[in-house]
Amino acid sequence: MTYAAGVDVGSTQTKAVIIDEDLRIVGRALVSTGSNVTVAAESAYELALKQGNILEEQDGVGFIIGTGYGRYKVTFGDAQTTEISCHGRGAVHMFPGTRTVVDMGGQDTKAIRVSPTGEILDFVMNDKCAAGTGRFLGAAASALDLPLDQLGPTALQSSRPVKITTTCTVFADGEILSLIGKGKRVEDVLLGVHHSVVSRSIGLLSRVGIDKEVTFTGGVANNTGMVSVLNQELGFDVNVSEDSHFMGALGAALFAMDRIVAGRTPARLQEVKA
Amino acid sequence: MTSTTQLTTPSSQLITPPDSLGSSIVGRGNKEGNRLFRDWYAELTSAPDRKEHSAYVFVMGSLAEILRSFDIHTIFPEINGLQQAVRHVADDDIGRAEDIGFSADVCGYVKADVGMQLRGGDHPMGKIPPPSLAVYTNACNTYIKWAEIWERMYHVPTFTLDVPGSRAAGRLTWPGQVDFENDRKYVAGQINELITLCEQVTGKKFDIDKLREAMAHTNTMSRMWKRLIEINKSTPSVYNAVTDGTVFLGMMNGYRGRPEGAKYFTDLVEEMEYKAANGIGTPFEEKYRLAFVGVPCYPIFRRFSEMFTEWGGAFVGSSYLWFASGGANLGYEYDLDHPLESLAEGLLVTVRDSMDSMFFSDQNLIDMIEPYGIDGVVYHPIKSCRTVSTGLADNRRAVMAATDVATLFMESDHMDKRVVSEAQLKNRVDAFFEGLATRKARRVSEGAHQARA
Repeated sequence: MTYAAGVDVGSTQTKAVIIDEDLRIVGRALVSTGSNVTVAAESAYELALKQGNILEEQDGVGFIIGTGYGRYKVTFGDAQTTEISCHGRGAVHMFPGTRTVVDMGGQDTKAIRVSPTGEILDFVMNDKCAAGTGRFLGAAASALDLPLDQLGPTALQSSRPVKITTTCTVFADGEILSLIGKGKRVEDVLLGVHHSVVSRSIGLLSRVGIDKEVTFTGGVANNTGMVSVLNQELGFDVNVSEDSHFMGALGAALFAMDRIVAGRTPARLQEVKA
Repeated sequence: MTSTTQLTTPSSQLITPPDSLGSSIVGRGNKEGNRLFRDWYAELTSAPDRKEHSAYVFVMGSLAEILRSFDIHTIFPEINGLQQAVRHVADDDIGRAEDIGFSADVCGYVKADVGMQLRGGDHPMGKIPPPSLAVYTNACNTYIKWAEIWERMYHVPTFTLDVPGSRAAGRLTWPGQVDFENDRKYVAGQINELITLCEQVTGKKFDIDKLREAMAHTNTMSRMWKRLIEINKSTPSVYNAVTDGTVFLGMMNGYRGRPEGAKYFTDLVEEMEYKAANGIGTPFEEKYRLAFVGVPCYPIFRRFSEMFTEWGGAFVGSSYLWFASGGANLGYEYDLDHPLESLAEGLLVTVRDSMDSMFFSDQNLIDMIEPYGIDGVVYHPIKSCRTVSTGLADNRRAVMAATDVATLFMESDHMDKRVVSEAQLKNRVDAFFEGLATRKARRVSEGAHQARA
């Protein structure tokens, strides 16, 4: 059995995915990126191998592609591909009807329009500002002393979102605390935060054009509140996978498998064979 | 499977000209351009010693011909600024300007200039003398406020040339039409005012023959500039419209109306035609032909270019060569028998075109896709400049709606390194080329499939 791997090094988390020849995920792992990106990439990869019981069969991994901002730090990788291409490819693989992808990560939000084969037709990203990304939600969680996985469920307890006026992640906690201080309910404020983040991504999506189906990827897609508000704003349900967080790594692994199918042998394996 | 990997070394198919003519002229344009550029700044540096006058002017309508007829040097603060950025001294000057109250939102060119002026004009290329006057057009709204800074700093007169631009919906008027002729009279009246001002500043009488002489040189330069832009339809392209283009723009503006400028561009066209005829391209392998829209990222100029050449991306055309040449891309030539009327007409047509090249360039871009074999259009809006950046998002949508061309939209700045993120730019550029590679592979596969069928 031949395997392919993708390692997605993001600003906050590093993900690794191993797939087999049938393009099924056989191992996945997620670690905090921390300050040493290369170590994070290696840890995630090794954990994914372990999960797939292919620890000692590294030469069975025929091609490894690094993606994400830290893709050039995946020093054991064989090639690099941007996460834009990887999220597009991964989303179409998971949901073949995908024509638009919205990927929301720790500090990046991307809107990507794709062809039926996952070819990138157009993309836009946030620029030099983390508003409308997971960071904004992280700031809210910090201000309210709530775990990240509680943000969505708490927000969904509200039906009356409080409008958040600041667009700046840095100033967000100040406004949130001010609203709580004025007696606003936490769940109402949180729902307002979710609406604020979604409105930024709607802006990006509008710039590339929204073609159904829309697939929501990235770590923020695990937030049920975000999914609910995005569905509401779009007027239809978006696709969300349990593996949304791993979509970039999955896309990278799929590109890696393409290379194997095309007969490409990376340098590290040529040395082993020699 | 088509490679989606980047190239890491310049092409090995390097340019060996096939004959002695080629050996003597290939590379001449860049070499001469650099020499002339240094000479120009040396001339400006020593101008005060010779008690010669200098005018601060701008690339979109410098009125160099009038100024030359009075032996007034032309100094381009825009060109000074880009040199400050390329040579990594702009940051301190921008900071100096902000320290005295200029907002972060003000154009980086302005602040770099103010910071340099506060240091007495010391510039990496020499010493920039203070102006005797400032001349500008309305092509850029910042020009007006910028000139007012010099008015306050140096107590010199500033001259505004108000050039009517394209009206709403971009309907153009042309010589012979009533509206155009009214506009021409308006511009001609202002030219006369400038001539009067120059006489007052220099103490010299206006010499129409000297004006004719300058205009004749500009005619040659304009004719050659238009040809230069056309030559890059060749495959491979013979120059990089962004990096080489910046050198050419320096010459077009700095030597406008001068015999050296006319010779430079005549020689340059000879070189480029030779290269085109002999299939000699740029030093980098050309896999994708691109158009560039906007102003380049000067703080990381070389790295910015490498992000594209590493993928085999070659800029074969750029809107920058249109608007920053003051509309010379039209190849407009003055009628030397009627110099003043013709100057008014020429300014109307070319400065208007400069503005259109910033605001209404979508049709020009659409029209160049096929003849230039464009694979992708790169839009580079900059934080400093709403004038050149506003509307680019709509422009891109219009081009994508009308053609099948791939586009990239990435923002940074032309001067302020604080708003340039190399990692973000590279991410977008890499994704763009990954898309281009997939698109190309698909087309090859579809073509092979059709051929078999």
